[in-house]
Amino acid sequence: MSRSSKKGPFIDEKLREKIDSLNRTSERRVVRTWARASTIFPGMVGHTVAVHNGKVHVPIFVSEQMVGHKLGEFAPTRTYRGHGKDADRRGRR
Amino acid sequence: MARIAGVDLPRDKRVEAALPYIYGVGLHTSQMLLERTNISPDTRVRDLTDDEVNRIREIVDKEMRVEGDLRREVAMNIKRLMDIGCYRGLRHRRGMPTRGQRTRTNARTRRGPRRAVGGRKKT
Repeated sequence: MSRSSKKGPFIDEKLREKIDSLNRTSERRVVRTWARASTIFPGMVGHTVAVHNGKVHVPIFVSEQMVGHKLGEFAPTRTYRGHGKDADRRGRR
Repeated sequence: MARIAGVDLPRDKRVEAALPYIYGVGLHTSQMLLERTNISPDTRVRDLTDDEVNRIREIVDKEMRVEGDLRREVAMNIKRLMDIGCYRGLRHRRGMPTRGQRTRTNARTRRGPRRAVGGRKKT
């Protein structure tokens, strides 16, 4: 079930204000946020947003193609590097 | 010899059932095509007149994305997901289900045949 289009996309207001003020002064600064559910809006393109993954803030450089996705999609919450013998290959990425 | 959108021509079937041999045409689209072109779904492909074939071909060529083009579009969509590094893209890279299904069991379509995991010790 997708979200009612009447409501428009969910954007975290505080985050939007922060980004807008950065845009007004055309500043580039990493913005930390916990708003994983917030949709990436066009104004965010070119900024680096540090999205909380439950532990740390993962810096995400927002590109044009990411618009419309949610911030949380880019900061994985789980670490899985494989079981058993796969352990040898640990530490990639 | 009915050839629509490239290499497709199953002869002895009813058109309704034959059109889905085209990648990108399912039963529903097939029925839609036949309705719009006024062809009975029960005619056999070999009994189609050239004109009827052309009517179908016209709609398919002009309005629909099928076969290679469609495959390319799908592949591009997946590639996009992988390139932007989003969760769905990561799942595609790993060949795991992308829509949050359980993977403790099942998910065999995505993950392929079972591979043995380190044996359980006896009591």
